[in-house]
Amino acid sequence: MMFQKNIETMPRDQIEALQLERLKETVKYCYDNVPLYHQRLTDCGVGDGSKIKALSDIEYIPFTTKDDFRDHYPFGLMAAPMKDIVRIHASSGTTGKPTVGVYTKEDIRIWADLVARVAVAGGVTAEDVIQISFGYGLFTGALGLHYGMENIGATVIPASSGNTEKQLMMMRDYGVTGLVATPSYALYLSEAAKEAGYPLTDYKLRLGILGSEPCTPAMRSQIEANFNIRVSDNYGMTELGGPGVSGDCEARNGMHFAEDHFLPEIIDTDTGKRLGEGEVGELVITTLTRKGMPVLRYRTKDITKITYEPCSCGRTHARMAKTMGRTDDMLIIKGVNVFPTQIENILINIKDIAPHYMLVITREHYRDSLEIKVELENVELLENYQRLSDLKKHIEAKMQSILGLRTKVTLVAPKTIERFQGKAKRIVDLRNQ
Amino acid sequence: MAVKQISIFVENKEGKLVTITDSIAKANIDIRAMSVADTQDFGIFRLIVTDPEKALEALESSGCFVSITKVVGISIPDEPGSLAKIVKILARHNINIEYMYAFITVSKQNASVVLRVADNEAAEKILVENGVKLLEEKDIVEM
Repeated sequence: MMFQKNIETMPRDQIEALQLERLKETVKYCYDNVPLYHQRLTDCGVGDGSKIKALSDIEYIPFTTKDDFRDHYPFGLMAAPMKDIVRIHASSGTTGKPTVGVYTKEDIRIWADLVARVAVAGGVTAEDVIQISFGYGLFTGALGLHYGMENIGATVIPASSGNTEKQLMMMRDYGVTGLVATPSYALYLSEAAKEAGYPLTDYKLRLGILGSEPCTPAMRSQIEANFNIRVSDNYGMTELGGPGVSGDCEARNGMHFAEDHFLPEIIDTDTGKRLGEGEVGELVITTLTRKGMPVLRYRTKDITKITYEPCSCGRTHARMAKTMGRTDDMLIIKGVNVFPTQIENILINIKDIAPHYMLVITREHYRDSLEIKVELENVELLENYQRLSDLKKHIEAKMQSILGLRTKVTLVAPKTIERFQGKAKRIVDLRNQ
Repeated sequence: MAVKQISIFVENKEGKLVTITDSIAKANIDIRAMSVADTQDFGIFRLIVTDPEKALEALESSGCFVSITKVVGISIPDEPGSLAKIVKILARHNINIEYMYAFITVSKQNASVVLRVADNEAAEKILVENGVKLLEEKDIVEM
């Protein structure tokens, strides 16, 4: 099923022609309405964009970063007068000033289409009863999904987050068929549902449209098994207007961008050079239709790759792979790029250890080494020394085959690795000390 | 019949053994036998003590990773060839010894040994049939 089939299956050359036209419009719009962009576009020689001949000419335009949003907080990147703005959203601002996003009436309408596409690709129909268990407020997730689901014609329950018992009661009593939540909250609810003691047949749940934080494949299967549902993944961020940038379809082989509204690129994080199809690098996105706050070449800091191959679902819009990590937590060890998320994904699938770890990087005689501290969980291992040392070797072998790097695994006693309430700090880099 | 052994995971870090031995000392528990298996990174410290349950509690409350398992304890004459005799009996019955260690306190005539095997009951039965004296919890306390 597709929400806007004629657009979502548009031939590649037509998509690109549309993108080129919209890119030129966007550049001109930014040049005319945002002082920061006006300055930058002037400095780089692109000016009002009339010289842009091909999509690849985008490489002459400077990147926009998270710092630009902070430095021009709150409305420095706004391109439309406040009288045309109908909504303000903002990120939680855990890493500094909140990131603000403003929307015109048209932006809100397009956003509802974007989210509807992602939701329909995830299986939602007008028949569905959707419980939105994202926290409502400035956060883009809840209202974004809310409008998108209503756009499809689904029934929306604005449950917001918290009060687990009530969440489960609503699910049973209102015949909820689709859950919108963060993966971790969905997992928590699914565990709580098991404990609450009602049989699964009391729930009509069949879909999970999860987002706003990365979901590991292991988490996804756990949620799917606990609730007996199908979970779909989607991607977005406040800087780009919220959810709806991309989302996966029934093929589950990458998340389709809405390429008529976003122009994605992959770049080399260090050099900023554009990379080709299938190459892994940092995702950079230019909005093509936003009027309240258009963004040129936003560096998402997410590491992924893009394919332009048509998908078995029939959609022609490019797909991004599940994000493989963030550039700000990428480690370069002996010249190998290593993401903590890769390590986490390896550990989560190994028995007898807890999913808590600490990475320690040291340098001796100009050689880097990575030590991975892992907590033991299974007390039975103490009985057999061989099993302990086999476990250590097994983890080291897995790391070597997946990371392409020799690591040293250190097994430590349970509950000795620090637990983090918020953003975890799992990396100790001692190389520059 | 078997005696209880305590196994403690020891990270190769300064002060780890202090934590372990200290908490046992403070709980007023006597160590009767011990063994350490180690690599560069970690070790397993095994103990036979006068009060395993109390030791477990003391160790856990000081943050150690501990388990209790049953092992076979035997008392054999303290003379040349007696350990060899035991090992032969077990080998003849295809009982594999995963590890073993001796007690620290030995009486005048006898030495005590801890044996870790896959099937305690089978090993004990064979040893008894061959006239070997097995140790019980009360023997450990009375040593």
